[in-house]
Amino acid sequence: MESGCSKKLLDLIPQEKKWGFIENQNGISHGSSEEKKLELKLGPPGEEDEPLVSFGYFSSMKSNAKQAHNKFPPPLEDHRGGAVLTASWAKNHHHQPKPPSCSQKRTAPGPVVGWPPIRSFRKNLATTSKLASESPTSLPHKVANERKPAAPEPRGKGLFVKINMDGVPIGRKVDLKAYDSYEKLSTAVDELFRGLLAAQRDPSADGPKQEEEKAITGVLDGNGEYTLVYEDNEGDRMLVGDVPWHMFVSTVKRLRVLKSSELSVINLGSSKKGKMVQN
Amino acid sequence: MNYFPDEVLEHVFDFITSHKDRNSVSLVCKSWYKIERYSRQRVFIGNCYSISPERLIARFPGLKSLTLKGKPHFADFNLVPHDWGGFVYPWIKALAKSRIGLEELRLKRMVVSDESLELLSKSFVNFKSLVLVSCEGFTTDGLAAIAANCRFIRELDLQENEVDDHRGHWLSCFPESCTSLISLNFACLRGEVNLGALERLVSRSPNLKSLRLNRAVPLDTLQKLLMLAPQLVDLGIGSYVHDPFSEAYNKLKIAIQRCKSIRSLSGFLEVAPHCMSAIYPICGNLTFLNLSYAPGLHGNKLMKLIQHCRKLQRLWILDCIGDKGLGVVALTCKELQELRVFPSDPFGAGNAAVTEEGLVLVSAGCPKLNSLLYFCQQMTNAALITVAKNCPNFIRFRLCILDPIKPDPVTNQPLDEGFGAIVQSCKGLKRLSLSGLLTDQVFLYIGMYAEQLKMLSIAFAANSDKGMLYVLNGCKKLRKLEIRDCPFGDAALLEDVGKYETMRSLWMSSCEVTLGGCKSVAEKMPSLNVEIINESEQMEFNLDDKQKVDKLYLYRTLVGHRKDAPEYVWIL
Repeated sequence: MESGCSKKLLDLIPQEKKWGFIENQNGISHGSSEEKKLELKLGPPGEEDEPLVSFGYFSSMKSNAKQAHNKFPPPLEDHRGGAVLTASWAKNHHHQPKPPSCSQKRTAPGPVVGWPPIRSFRKNLATTSKLASESPTSLPHKVANERKPAAPEPRGKGLFVKINMDGVPIGRKVDLKAYDSYEKLSTAVDELFRGLLAAQRDPSADGPKQEEEKAITGVLDGNGEYTLVYEDNEGDRMLVGDVPWHMFVSTVKRLRVLKSSELSVINLGSSKKGKMVQN
Repeated sequence: MNYFPDEVLEHVFDFITSHKDRNSVSLVCKSWYKIERYSRQRVFIGNCYSISPERLIARFPGLKSLTLKGKPHFADFNLVPHDWGGFVYPWIKALAKSRIGLEELRLKRMVVSDESLELLSKSFVNFKSLVLVSCEGFTTDGLAAIAANCRFIRELDLQENEVDDHRGHWLSCFPESCTSLISLNFACLRGEVNLGALERLVSRSPNLKSLRLNRAVPLDTLQKLLMLAPQLVDLGIGSYVHDPFSEAYNKLKIAIQRCKSIRSLSGFLEVAPHCMSAIYPICGNLTFLNLSYAPGLHGNKLMKLIQHCRKLQRLWILDCIGDKGLGVVALTCKELQELRVFPSDPFGAGNAAVTEEGLVLVSAGCPKLNSLLYFCQQMTNAALITVAKNCPNFIRFRLCILDPIKPDPVTNQPLDEGFGAIVQSCKGLKRLSLSGLLTDQVFLYIGMYAEQLKMLSIAFAANSDKGMLYVLNGCKKLRKLEIRDCPFGDAALLEDVGKYETMRSLWMSSCEVTLGGCKSVAEKMPSLNVEIINESEQMEFNLDDKQKVDKLYLYRTLVGHRKDAPEYVWIL
């Protein structure tokens, strides 16, 4: 590497001819043999006899990124070196350091203002969708998420997913983080819906219960009147209980309690053991 | 020169509709100028500060349709501060005072207040069509005024505006007597709408051809609307989230199948990806599909949908389609003319899902491709050269590599040769946006080959003033040049100031031009407004000509300095 990496691409002093050859950050120097590969003689004959060179560009766009080879050097003292995109790109770029102006809000390494050139309408799409469709351990985002994700709400305290039951028009939400096994989930389902189901069966029961509330059991083993299924992050319907609990928690998006008699009618996705789960 | 009576010429001029041609006609001689101006009904003003409403009214008393554009393009990317300008109110006020029977108003990047909308709605009896694109400054109250007062309204088209949504009642303001709607687009509104009012409105609009709903319109309402309006040609779905096993979904399937005229589909602002099969019956007829707001749709579900769309001419999509998905597009959409691939994760850590491979596939499979907007992870010279060979018909070519100075990852070279191939091959190229590592060389190519180029967008490119000079000298038809973060300084700016009079505007931000340079342009060219946007407090007290200018926007004008500029805009 030549001194201080200070090949100033944006050098305005008239030494344009001396573009020079510079080793890039990988230590590969580019000579004319490289360019010959992509020979495309578009230039007028005999004009610029300087062949194409590569410059020591370092991208700091991905300063946090996994691309280990994109290291960037310490910021240049010479501010005219626009070659080096450091975090404070916009300020280093000019001759004299300017105070941060109102349009340059970011202080931490991050995206340059106005780049990529998309309208603000489009900016929040990814964060909204990622939170809605990925598992709770989703990617870190620099952009603050202003919108509420659709169910489930991944990070933080609980993992709440919707749960609906056949025959019950109102759904519930259950916090999967509160349980650590399928058994506990099954018990919770019984608790959540037992009363509601009974109310559906006898809607005129406003006095003392005229019918015994029946426990909802056997949702996991196929033996009960109802069976517990879920929708995973790929949109497929799956039988609850096939995979280890923690794996289930990381892919579940919503739950349903279906009548076991209806199972044959409904398409279940990739259920390896078939419809009935053996205990 | 006049062998025919005026009426005959007027009749002949009726057949001349393009703005450019009519402008030419008006220059032939005085009598043609006169006949043309009285018969002109449609006027396009690309920069609202280039002319005044009074002069417009004076010249074209028969005006019926006006298109106005306000802020510079980079305002879309937050490079232009709030309150910069572009207010439509003075225009509406002046037109309202005059005897102009305005029927159509189309605005882009302008500030539109509720007051303006109200005045508009009350001043023109025959007002028929309002189209607002990327505007701001109004609320749903303004829309309520339009709905209530424009008795013959045919078109209310809101595209990507920042609207303060006061929730709800504006739709109810369309009177029962309003049955003339042809096009209604409120997809950009964030708030609730009165669904009952919407249904009633659609049911009494037999001519409705285009309907684009917002996120707040749920599926069962959509189904009802489709039953009421099976004649729709253009549909924008709001929310598409539902249970695939529900009755509502079944009803929707039936409703969609009745809509045999739908050619354009967009929206899916909320989407349940496993429910797309209901859409398949209409996919075969689609010519425009816009899924660019539906990040929930990707992978196999998306590809399956695309495979049904064999007649597609325009596709707007997110990059989660991936290179593989673009391969499916290449195999399926042989009529494709326009492709836009937007980033689904613009600030993510380099996870953009499309690369040069996807673009090459599409270029190979879709020979009619002529318009491209492509946000990608990386690009190679080899790919661009291939694309240039496959698709010589590009009119618009806009490439955005998410890392703006990324070289060709295979060779580590700048992308000069690749873009050079594009401009050399695509002789009809009118609009070009560059990105990636670029030196002065690419501008040499552009100056040499891009003879039809009207608009050029440059960011983080070039090594010296030569880059800008190649472009200014070479591109004879250049009208808009926008540059950010390039090393172009006063020498380039001042080389040929007369050139700027042949252009609509020039934008330069974070370049090397100085206050002195800008002043010099202003002095030499009184027909230009030279505006400096100056956001740092420091500059107020430092009038040193050597000071670098943060943002320069200059444009030709017939009416001198504008009076509505905010404090931080200096007009030199």
